[in-house]
Amino acid sequence: MSTTADALNLKPHEAHDAHHDADHKPGFFVRWFMSTNHKDIGTLYLIFAIIAGTLGGAISGIMRWELMEPGIQVLNHAWPIGAGTANFDEWTHHWNVLITAHALIMIFFTIMPAMMGGFGNWFVPLMIGAPDMAFPRMNNISFWLLVPSFLLLLGSTIVPGGTGLGAGTGWTLYAPLSTAGSSGPAVDMVIFSMHLAGASSILGAINFITTIFNMRAPGMTLHKMPLFVWSVLVTAFLLLLSLPVLAGAITMLLTDRNFGTAFFDASGGGNVVLYQHLFWFFGHPEVYIMIVPGFGMISQIVATFSRKPVFGYLGMAYAMVAIGVIGFVVWAHHMFTTGMSVDEKMYFTAATMIIAVPTGVKVFSWIATMWGGSITFETPMLFAIGFIFLFTVGGVTGVVLANGGVDNYMQDTYYVVAHFHYVLSLGAIFAIFGGFYYWFPKMSGRMYNEVLGKLHFFIMFVGVNMVFFPMHFLGLDGMPRRIPDYTPAFTYWNHFETIGYMVTIAGVAVFFLNLFWSLAAGKKAPNNPWGEGATTLEWTLSSPPPFHQYSTLPRID
Amino acid sequence: MAQAPASAPAANTAVAAQPSAAPAAGFAQDANKPDAATAPPAAEAATPIPTVAPTPGIGEPDGRMSLQDQVTPIGQEAAAFHDNWLLLLCVAICAVVLALMLYAMVRFRRSANPVPSRNSHNTTIEVIWTLVPVLILVAIAIPSIRLLRHQYTPPKADVTVKVTGHQWYWSYEYPDLGVTFDSYMLKEANDPTRQKNQRARTDVDGPPLLAVDQRVVIPEGKVVKFLVTADDVIHSFAVPAFWIKQDANPGQIHETWAKVDRPGVYFGQCSELCGARHGFMPIAVEVVPQAQFEQWVASKGGHLATAKPPTGGVSPAAQTGSGMATPAPAVAGTEKANPAPAPTNPDVANRANQ
Repeated sequence: MSTTADALNLKPHEAHDAHHDADHKPGFFVRWFMSTNHKDIGTLYLIFAIIAGTLGGAISGIMRWELMEPGIQVLNHAWPIGAGTANFDEWTHHWNVLITAHALIMIFFTIMPAMMGGFGNWFVPLMIGAPDMAFPRMNNISFWLLVPSFLLLLGSTIVPGGTGLGAGTGWTLYAPLSTAGSSGPAVDMVIFSMHLAGASSILGAINFITTIFNMRAPGMTLHKMPLFVWSVLVTAFLLLLSLPVLAGAITMLLTDRNFGTAFFDASGGGNVVLYQHLFWFFGHPEVYIMIVPGFGMISQIVATFSRKPVFGYLGMAYAMVAIGVIGFVVWAHHMFTTGMSVDEKMYFTAATMIIAVPTGVKVFSWIATMWGGSITFETPMLFAIGFIFLFTVGGVTGVVLANGGVDNYMQDTYYVVAHFHYVLSLGAIFAIFGGFYYWFPKMSGRMYNEVLGKLHFFIMFVGVNMVFFPMHFLGLDGMPRRIPDYTPAFTYWNHFETIGYMVTIAGVAVFFLNLFWSLAAGKKAPNNPWGEGATTLEWTLSSPPPFHQYSTLPRID
Repeated sequence: MAQAPASAPAANTAVAAQPSAAPAAGFAQDANKPDAATAPPAAEAATPIPTVAPTPGIGEPDGRMSLQDQVTPIGQEAAAFHDNWLLLLCVAICAVVLALMLYAMVRFRRSANPVPSRNSHNTTIEVIWTLVPVLILVAIAIPSIRLLRHQYTPPKADVTVKVTGHQWYWSYEYPDLGVTFDSYMLKEANDPTRQKNQRARTDVDGPPLLAVDQRVVIPEGKVVKFLVTADDVIHSFAVPAFWIKQDANPGQIHETWAKVDRPGVYFGQCSELCGARHGFMPIAVEVVPQAQFEQWVASKGGHLATAKPPTGGVSPAAQTGSGMATPAPAVAGTEKANPAPAPTNPDVANRANQ
């Protein structure tokens, strides 16, 4: 078995060695199940994210189907997730299982694995001129922890969770609904699932930080690193600092549930709001964990297709650092209605709004990068442009929600749902699609179909806006989130959104068509399909890159 | 700050009915009993149909694309802040970004601009696009902080209502007036889960999923203090037309307030996920003139506030608002410690004491 260590520059005749070993791949089982190769592990992460994302998207389909009309039409049928059809409470519990599973799958098993595990693993070593990640075996365990984690989450939906099967607590797992309010093993399984996913991400974060700090090619100073690498570095620190807090909080849930502690039980001197503070101390950095790598990808894409260097490179890098730092001191804006004191509300209002400044710097810098460029509109660029606008829409509603006094009205309504789907479903997911099209030729060695790619973009752009923009209206009109049925006044826009969902999946179908067609029959990709704008190191390698690259380290001037 | 002192001693006061201690009773997983539990006691099933019908489009969603009409001073201030300032800024910022981007896309497309510039720095413009957002944020923060201050400095309360969230209904208690009742959602006539002794919803009650069997009634033009808690999981007491939303945390009492000048019926829904029937525990508040309110109190077997000492409408609960820590007999002492009209907000009160 040719491990990565063999390819590292430990051997005297590395150039010669590379000649023979660079493309020597191990057998199927060893290659994919015992992998120590960052590109293979990145591929595993991407496949995992695509499978999980398909499931998460299918769950939103069940939810949109149910919400298409007032009344309960869909939940009263058996579904593989959160099944249980005996009585009304089981139907509505089933709804809570769906919203919980949708959120957890999309956050922990789609966006994070795609961005950090997938693109991070694939391209951080390539972009900094490193032969692999610093800890290839830890990289492997990071991925393989995610699989049992996912299975635990899926398994939780078929075991008792209180009112029905599955954990119906919402992804936030608020106590006491997740402790005394949900008997049965389902919530315990979700907690263990989060423990494993958290451990996986912490190990991954350690790996990225070590790799980026220690394995840059000669001359690749921190201030010469591509912005995508900067974004992964910032994200890795966010993961490293926030996930232990989640682990602590959910461990306290676990002991409250099973071992008689009362951290979050008022009758034993605990405090239910304490859990929310701990959760959101993790939860707010988590939302930046999901978007910051997207910032990095968008920066690469915009620069490439504008054929210009990124405008304000240092500002862009340190804006991400600033977003990461401020992201740790704004958590309680998720809790404005919990009964905070007026001083807390004033502080968290002000601190939250400050985040708009570095975010604004990024948006304006992307536009300035386009300014004066020689822009072409390949599919990745379309997704990047779509990202910039939709992220701006999600950003301004974030400023509205930052106001503690105004949030009294919007909290827990569809306005919030609209806001975070604009930054995640339209922001993070558009960034992932953009990155996927951008790097698909490099990863697969084949070009994707440009016509299908553009078709995917336009159908999906229309679809997601149809789904999520009317949610602002529903929220302003007072529709609470997480309800399976609604008063008839909300019918029109809900019906409209469900049609938007259908449009969206049509777009996703085009994506899959493109993916499989291109893998099977796409044109062979050159080293650099994007021309003079693509200046980062990965484009100097073949497409796909050799199994082990940079046996002779590149030199950056 | 409000939470810690409020939780433990609360059980001593007349206001609180052990919010913390009773988790077992109402929990959801007793899957066999909840349907039966929603049936109101027989006596209340006979409650006459409410006389005040809701006004379409006021106090209830009507499919509009904007905020519900606001009927409290705080709500009007907040809605004006949102509609006339935040929303305009949102639209303006999105429009500027979109316009710049579209211009760049057209003007700097490859066919129009084959040779890209190499500019990648411009300190002046970077300073501008850092400072201008700062100024905009300051212009948002000032009215925003003012709104918070107004929300947290309520006038003296005339009526106190203790609101307790349960899985899955609300109960209301007027501690000074001796009125207590539970409020359940009214099911549709054709709803198979409706029990025989449950009254079906009519249009006079309100829209489907929002109408309740017993509304919480408050007097018009009076400052009403809501003390919000829960006895099982977290719920959230929300009435959009009043611009109030307060989580109901087991083991804690938090307060919010409203002064409604327009008689009518106003609907809200539980706004924190609380289990299976989270979407089916609405809130309906009926605002009536004072005289009618007094009739209602009497009909509920309550005693009127007029029997009280000169402080009139001010309730013992309002006096003990400073953390709800003082049992009723100690009212005088509290008053001394708390000069001026006792603020109804515990945080404000606590700070005044410091």
